[in-house]
This record gives sequence, C-alpha cells and structure tokens, in this order.
Amino acid sequence: MATKDVTNGENIIIKGMKSLTLPLLAIISALVLGAIIIILMKLDPIKAYQSLLKGSLGSTNAIGETLVKTTPLIFTGLSFALAKRCGLINLGAEGQLYMGGFLATVVGIYIKGLPLFIHLPLAILAGFIGGGLWGLLAAWLKVKFGASELITTIMLNYIAIHWVSYLVTGPMKEPPGNFPQTPAVELSAQLPRILPGTRLHLGLIVALLAIVLFYIFLWKTTVGYETRVVGQNIDAARYAGINPERNAYLAMFIAGGFGGMAGMNEILGIQQRLFQAFSPGYGFDGIAVALLGQNTPIGILLSGILFGILRSGANMMQMAAKVPIAVIYIIQALVIMFVVGSSIFTMLQKRRSLAAAAKGGNVQ
Amino acid sequence: MDVITNFLAADIRTATPILLAALGLVYGERSGVVNIGAEGMMLTGALAGVAGSYYLGSAWYGALAGMLCGALISLIFAYLTITVKADQVVVGAAINILGLGITTSFARVMFGVNTAPPKIDSFTPVAVPVLSKIPVIGPVFFQQNALVYIALLLVPVAYFILFKTDIGLKVRAVGEHPKACDTVGIDVYKVRYGSVLVSGLLSGLAGSYVSLGLLSFFTENMIAGRGFIALAAVIFGKWNPLGALGAALLFGAGDALQFRLQASGTEIPFQFLLMVPYILTILALAGFVGKSQGPAASGVPYSKE
Repeated sequence: MATKDVTNGENIIIKGMKSLTLPLLAIISALVLGAIIIILMKLDPIKAYQSLLKGSLGSTNAIGETLVKTTPLIFTGLSFALAKRCGLINLGAEGQLYMGGFLATVVGIYIKGLPLFIHLPLAILAGFIGGGLWGLLAAWLKVKFGASELITTIMLNYIAIHWVSYLVTGPMKEPPGNFPQTPAVELSAQLPRILPGTRLHLGLIVALLAIVLFYIFLWKTTVGYETRVVGQNIDAARYAGINPERNAYLAMFIAGGFGGMAGMNEILGIQQRLFQAFSPGYGFDGIAVALLGQNTPIGILLSGILFGILRSGANMMQMAAKVPIAVIYIIQALVIMFVVGSSIFTMLQKRRSLAAAAKGGNVQ
Repeated sequence: MDVITNFLAADIRTATPILLAALGLVYGERSGVVNIGAEGMMLTGALAGVAGSYYLGSAWYGALAGMLCGALISLIFAYLTITVKADQVVVGAAINILGLGITTSFARVMFGVNTAPPKIDSFTPVAVPVLSKIPVIGPVFFQQNALVYIALLLVPVAYFILFKTDIGLKVRAVGEHPKACDTVGIDVYKVRYGSVLVSGLLSGLAGSYVSLGLLSFFTENMIAGRGFIALAAVIFGKWNPLGALGAALLFGAGDALQFRLQASGTEIPFQFLLMVPYILTILALAGFVGKSQGPAASGVPYSKE
C-alpha cells in the first residue's frame, strides 16, 4: 500500500488533499464558533469577518501587511516544529525571539561602516545565534541536570523579556534617554523593502529560505535523520548508536535559532530599534502554527499565512465592527482544539478497523 | 523587626495564588496529567471573580464564579487530553491562548475600554482574634484575607487526602501504573477527570484571589506567569502539598523581595529582581535543591485496550 502511494502520483495528490481536510474542517468550525461568540458579545459576526478579510487581503497594502505578520509566525512555527520532530517541546520561542532581536540589534548598532551585503547577513546571523544560544541553554539544563525543557524554556522567556527591558532602559538606551529604546540600527543592517508602497521586506524571503533549510536538514541530512529517529524512539536511537544528548543540543540550537530569526526579522525589518515588549506573542503563536501545519514545511507556510491573515485583519475588525482584537486569540485556540479534537475520529476509525480485523480472524 | 514582619506577610500574600494553583496541579500530576493550561484557567478565574463580585455584589460569589469557570475550562482540557488523548502540552497551550482571548474580549464588553474600573467587593484582611496579637507570627499568618486562610488550611487537607485516604491512593496509583489500576478495576479515566477537575477548581480560585484579594479589578493578562510558576512549584515541591507550600513561599519571597528592593531605591536594576523567581525555578528544576522524580505515567495518555 505504502509503496503504491509513492509510485502513483495521483494517490499522492489525494493523500495531500486528505491531510488538508482535517485542518480545513478545524478552521471552519473555529470560525463558526467564533461567530457565535461574537453574537454573544452583541456584535455582528458577518461584518466582523468581512472587515477581517478586507483588512488582510483587500488591497496590496493589506496583503503586504499580512505577509509582514506571516513572516515571524513562520519562524516561530519552524522553531516549535523542529524541536517537536526531535522529541523536544520548545515553549521558549518567545524568549529566543527576544534574544535574537537583542543580538541582531547589537550587531546592527555597534558595527559601523560595513557595506550592506556584509553587514546585513552578519546581523541576521547574530539573530540566529542569539536565539540559538538561548535554546542551547535549555538543552544544557536538560542534558546535564535533567531539568525538563517544558518548564525551563517558559522561565527563560521571562528572563529574556526582562533582560531586554533592562538593556533598553539602561546600557543600550538611546541618548538623551527620553524613551526606553535603543538607537536605530545602521541602514546597512536593515532588511530592504521588497514590495513598493507596503512594509513588506526581505525577511519574508529569509523565512521561505528557512522553510527550505528546515526541510533539507530534517529529511536530506544524516544528522537530521538521526534527530528524527531520536524524536520517534529514543531507545531505538541509542541502540542504533545515535547520541541523543548531542542531538538535543543541536535541535535546541537550531530551534532557538529559528525563534531568534523571528526577533531579528521584527527589528531589522520593521522596528529598526529594540524596545520593550516588541513581540505581540509571536512565540506562542508558533505552537499553533506548527500544530496546524502538522510540523511539515508546506503546512507551516500555509498555517503561517492563515494566522498572518487573522493578525493583520484584526485591526480592521476592531475598527469597523467593534470586535476586540483578542477574538482572534479565541479563534486561534479553537483551531488548535478542533485539530487535536478531531484526532478522536481517526482513533475511532482505527479501533473499528481493528475490531473488524479481529472479527475476521485476521489479526495482524 | 517590622521589616521582617512586613516582608513575611507580603510573602504569604504573593505566595497564596501560586499555592492554590499548585495544590490543584499536584492532584493532576499525581494522576498523570501535566496541565500547562493552569495560566489560562487562572486568568479565566480572575475575570470570573471580578464579574461575579460585580454582578452579584459579594467577593464570595466572585470566588465561586472563578472556581466554576476554572472547572468548566478544566473539563475541556480533560476531555481533549484524557478522552481524545491529545498531547497535553499542545492542549495546555491552547487553553492559555483561549483564556487570554476570552478574558480580554469579555472584559472589554463587560467593563468597557478606557473607563475606570468599577468598584467591587473584594477580600480584605480579617484579623483572627487573639492569634493575630502574637508578635511576628500574628500579623504574618493571622491578619490576612479569608482566601489566604483557606489556602493554608487546604495544605494539610490536600496532604491528608492524597496520602491517607483511599481516594488519594487511587490518584497516586493511576499516575504510577494506570494499566495495573485498570486490571484491578479502578476507572483510570474517572480518577484523572476528577483530579483535573480539582486542579481547575483551585486554579479558578487562585485566579480570583489575584483579582479580588491582591488587587480589586481585572487587567489584561494579569496572572503574568503565576500559572507557570505554580507548575514549577509542583516539581520543586516534589509533587507533595507540603512541598508545594514550601516552594510557593520561596517563589513568593522572590517576588516580595523584588518589591522591597525596588521601593528601597537600590542600585540593582529592578529587571534583575523581576528575574529572581524564574531563575530560582530553573535552579530548582536543575536539581540544586535535590533531584525530584515525578509520577511514572505523568504526561502519558492512557488507552484501554
């Protein structure tokens, strides 16, 4: 059966369509339930969703803005997905985002006089390393001391957020110091705009490249293969001579790096300077993006765009239909719940076919 | 002397929400369910507490509303993790996003934007006669609001139930070896549902303590990580109600210390003080305070075959 699928192109398409059904049903159910909640608030759901769509896809500027919101979500989605593929739970993308933004700002501000084609890649790399080291710290705590990354990554989020808050009110504060923010990064470290008339910048291309790298690393390299084996069965991996500890370091470094890229992207592409609370929770949204995208490259791209639409349309929804922006959080949470909830159908199906097989005396 | 008394009293005040939530989480984790959604449940409890007090006119009704809403959300969590067997971390994360979304949206609808918070009945300190006159200990333990007394009383109660009763034995057994429990006729699902429900009730109460005991209004995202700290307190306290009390007091001390130092105008930037509880949690987890071993089946969905 499995080999047939690979040889038969048509089957792959059908399989792909099938894997899209559940997420799509989940999205539709979440939107319907979201509408009911909007009605409960005595507001108009049709007007709300219309303005949401208009605000996110209704003009070139809106589409540009949607993609601007999509970019960091792709990065944080990749961050959660990569760790998950390697059997780790990274709830620290938010903190990694802040550390990535911090290091990218340092390179962007304090290194001067370089041409763009050297300075910009350097600043991007700094963003990756900033987040990567923060992820590596969680891996070290896990490997050396057995501290569950589940909790340490959450704690490291808060530490990173306070660290950035300290920097922008203290040592990195822009003189004369009226605002808690750093000076702007050098022009040569800023991500150039790529769609005239919008804020869409080169970060989107970097995010698309990151998706490709995610795919190549996990499915085309030996190390990536090994981390996936560790993620699926740690005992089998150890038996096969794979070192799970080394893989945990590597996985958390790259996952953290992706989280850091989200911060770098926000600073070098949009804000141009570091300040407090510059992320509206992109780190946590990454969990939803990865889950809805089923930890696959294409899935993360598509769900990143979906959540980008929700985020960029939310302002218009609030202005035109008076629906609070926070409603999109409810929709987002419902999408996750319907995705995980719908797995009960596959479970029941499996049980039914098992029972049928048992009845037929053909237990395998 | 006054400084110490004030500090300890503040410690208990800030430790209480962490303690309440942690007591519930101990039950959940002992039965094999890790609930990172406690933050969202507390947030819901915080808004429900204010709403209950606002519409029904009493802080007690508020606390009740908080508990009910926490319980309601915990049933969603229980259904998805126990019945559907979904990943507990993913569902917990969803509960947190849901809690943030629901509370922020409905707070605006109920109380409007940019208006002064309404005046509501909240929990105020009640001095226990005689006992509150004892030096140091009196003001620290016996001049608090009612929810603090309830939280402190719940510690021995939770300990007794967990370690000295049949129900407690079942909860612990289900978390260690669900399959064996199933064989001897214990309904694993029922025990887990019950434990998660307890953690929902207590998380909701913890949330309403924050909005009715510490402050007397609701603000967006006002739990600010206390749910996660409670989760850490469970591990730090070695899945034991008494341990959870110790851990909550330690984390509360970190918080109280930060306020003291900020107020005293020290040279240390306040952000570093704000980091203290989180760093303590990491140090605790890393085993600098002794290795802790959780229930064997914690975090693993159970399926009958």
